[in-house]
Amino acid sequence: MTATATPLADGRAPSGVVPPLGPVPRVKQPTAAERILPTALRVLAVRRPGVPLVEVRLRVPFGGTAPNHSARATLLGETMLTGTERHDQVGLAAALQSLGADLRVSVDADRLTLDGNVLRTGLPDLLALVTEVLTEATYPAREVAGERERLVERLSIARSQPSVLVGEALNRRLYGDHPYARELPTVDAVRAVTPPQLRRLHAERVRPPDAVLVLVGDLSPARTLDTVQAALDAWTGQGADRRVPPLPPVTPGPIVLVDRPGSVQASIRLGGRAVPRDAPDYPALQLANLVYGGYFSSRLVENIREDKGYTYGPHSRISHGAAGSTLVIDADVATEVAAPALLESWYELGRMATKPVKPEELEDVRQYAIGTLALSIATQSGLASTLAALLGLGLGLDWLREHPRRLAAVTVEDAFAAAQRYLAPSGLVTVVLGKASGLEPALRTLGPVELG
Amino acid sequence: MPRAALPAPTYPLVHHTLDNGLHVLLAPDRSSPVVGVGVYYDVGIRSEPEGRTGFAHLFEHLMFQGSANLEKLAHFRYVQSSGGTFNGSTHLDYTNYFEVLPSNALSRGLFLEADRMRSPRITGENLANQIAVVKEEIRVNVLNRPYGGFPWLLLPPVLFDTFPNAHNGYGDFVDLESATVDDAVDFFRRYYAPSNAVLSVSGDFDEDEALALVQGHFGDIAAREIPPRPDFSESDLDAERRKSAEDPLAPLPAVAAGWRVPDPVGGFDDYLPYVVLAEVLADGDASRLEQRLVQKDRTVTQLAAYLGLMGDPFDVRNPTALVLQAHHAPTATADTVLDAASEEFDRLATAGLAGGELERVRARILAQLFREVDPVLGRTLALAAFEQIHGRAELLTELPARLAAVTAEQVQEAAATLRPDRRAVLELAAGGAK
Repeated sequence: MTATATPLADGRAPSGVVPPLGPVPRVKQPTAAERILPTALRVLAVRRPGVPLVEVRLRVPFGGTAPNHSARATLLGETMLTGTERHDQVGLAAALQSLGADLRVSVDADRLTLDGNVLRTGLPDLLALVTEVLTEATYPAREVAGERERLVERLSIARSQPSVLVGEALNRRLYGDHPYARELPTVDAVRAVTPPQLRRLHAERVRPPDAVLVLVGDLSPARTLDTVQAALDAWTGQGADRRVPPLPPVTPGPIVLVDRPGSVQASIRLGGRAVPRDAPDYPALQLANLVYGGYFSSRLVENIREDKGYTYGPHSRISHGAAGSTLVIDADVATEVAAPALLESWYELGRMATKPVKPEELEDVRQYAIGTLALSIATQSGLASTLAALLGLGLGLDWLREHPRRLAAVTVEDAFAAAQRYLAPSGLVTVVLGKASGLEPALRTLGPVELG
Repeated sequence: MPRAALPAPTYPLVHHTLDNGLHVLLAPDRSSPVVGVGVYYDVGIRSEPEGRTGFAHLFEHLMFQGSANLEKLAHFRYVQSSGGTFNGSTHLDYTNYFEVLPSNALSRGLFLEADRMRSPRITGENLANQIAVVKEEIRVNVLNRPYGGFPWLLLPPVLFDTFPNAHNGYGDFVDLESATVDDAVDFFRRYYAPSNAVLSVSGDFDEDEALALVQGHFGDIAAREIPPRPDFSESDLDAERRKSAEDPLAPLPAVAAGWRVPDPVGGFDDYLPYVVLAEVLADGDASRLEQRLVQKDRTVTQLAAYLGLMGDPFDVRNPTALVLQAHHAPTATADTVLDAASEEFDRLATAGLAGGELERVRARILAQLFREVDPVLGRTLALAAFEQIHGRAELLTELPARLAAVTAEQVQEAAATLRPDRRAVLELAAGGAK
């Protein structure tokens, strides 16, 4: 049962007065069931009927430190669905489509991700196809060769995007030799990957221990666990060591300027260390980051977009990986205002780290964080992705249920302490990508610059 | 999947028209404590005046700059501090504004939309600020990235002759900088009248209470005359048209082709086979063009086929197009790609669909439709678009049955119309190739 807005007697708002909020609606907790299968796969099934679909998320730890790991892992993701013992690429795609299903595989620095969705009635057949892929993927030579060339071309397209280029520069600056700095493989490393290497990588690493499978949708949780167990019991084996080493400390230094001669904008990125979702000071950091630049009503948006018109959209985000959490601030601005935009971004960081936020600012972001958490899990797809991300990092439904309470408890002092720890501009690295000749003189007036 | 087994999204729909002409559409659903509010104004890129390209979108930005009772920035703060999110977007035939909120903020969301429908605060300072912001939006989305505006800004001038259909909807910088407060006030008076809008509210509310709130917030906005909706139709191409452009940042060449299709509103049942055809051609590894161009010929890196220049099959009016776009290898030419595609169209036109092909494509279209309307916001927007563009929100719930009625022969006939002499082609040269 939920409460709705309480209208005034005649349903009319007094002229010119913004209506107050009604009583806070209670979020109904979905029914769920969880089981660790004998194969050590952790499965969570959650009922959210909405529409007659089921969303499926599989996460398999897939980190690696070998220099060619990223190339092999990325190509494995691109070719996993190109053939099994029973289906060729087209046959598999047609079988999925006839269930109303979609299935996609990708690999990042932490994990292999298999995401799908299916009309409710097709779930058992989809699980059978997923098991077939996990246990019988063949990596046929012709398909691997084709996908390898496509991956090379897609990498060249990716690396022509300023957002990708500046992201890679920031990652090198933040992560040094850590695998997170080379998530996107090089073309040469991709060209060197062979089908036998993919088959071996699959055999070693695509294994159930520490993997998580989340299913959300129009389903019965307990029965779905049985269906999953029956379908996936053929997927067995021990996983190789797939841990990711911890992140190196962030070492602040000069502004890194990366030249992109044809740029008509400067892509500014600031980065620093953050903390995982289960750290005691995470809720305070989450709220402090929102006040700074984490939502539209933030200080940074108000300053460099709504007041000065320097940028379409600055953002400040916390991203969570298995090896650690990172704060990234981004703004793409006209070349001639890059230095003032960077100065304002630092100024707002400095303000966060030297003066407590106002109580009303904290209330605004608290309501935003609690409300948007509820919105993000009000859909099948959103709930499935959120839970898969949480389970993949060792958290679960409990974290989701408890987090609003943690957000409610954050004080102005907590938020100030977190801002001092994580938002101080002296602790962050700065990378700017753009037309270096037009940027360097102005950036040098703000501090030392090195070309990256 | 047998036809009878196809489920359909069903929502109780309540229609109401206020005295000032505002059309109200309510779709209560109490399963989650959230509400979606969307206001669709019947004006878009096609209605902006010559010399003012990009004005509909610029005006959308101005609608967030304060209103009768709200200072600049207040709109954002009230939505977000209620735990909600907001946005707006400008399309060829409409402009929308929307929020998704916890259900205890419904009255507040309606107040915010009513306040700017009544009177947005359009000042010289806000206009100058948002012109600067829009220019950075265009730089980040078009000018500073490869394939920016490909093909949604580049193909229309090949496909169409008249200004409304052919011009750049993001706008030329000169036009944007020429915009005045008077232009904006005129545009608001002309197009942002209550009777030119649909208000769509979905989610967790009681319909009588919601209707009372709507009446309370919107009822006293004065009615205004609205201009008749122009007919933007153009005659079909009688010969192939081609243009080429160079993208200085693109590492690989690309090609886009467009074919005019039946009126998506007046000819809905003739149009639907093209919606199915686009999926047959390009949805997934089992689709016709993926098999041919990507897997067999290996000339294409990625491709897409879809209805509507903005990928909007059901919220665009006539004229529109089926669009094919492909990034291809430097060793291939646009003609290699287009000739192979033509062979596949011919194969479909002569041999028809394979056994099971129609059924599996239809199952996937249906699943995609469900995914779109599962979020309360997606539902709010889809219902509003069907109501405004098609005059019937109910069409959303009828869509599965209407799609199920599409026959293999109709898809085959649609494929036969994708002839070279009816297409508009844009070749994009890779100026950034190393």
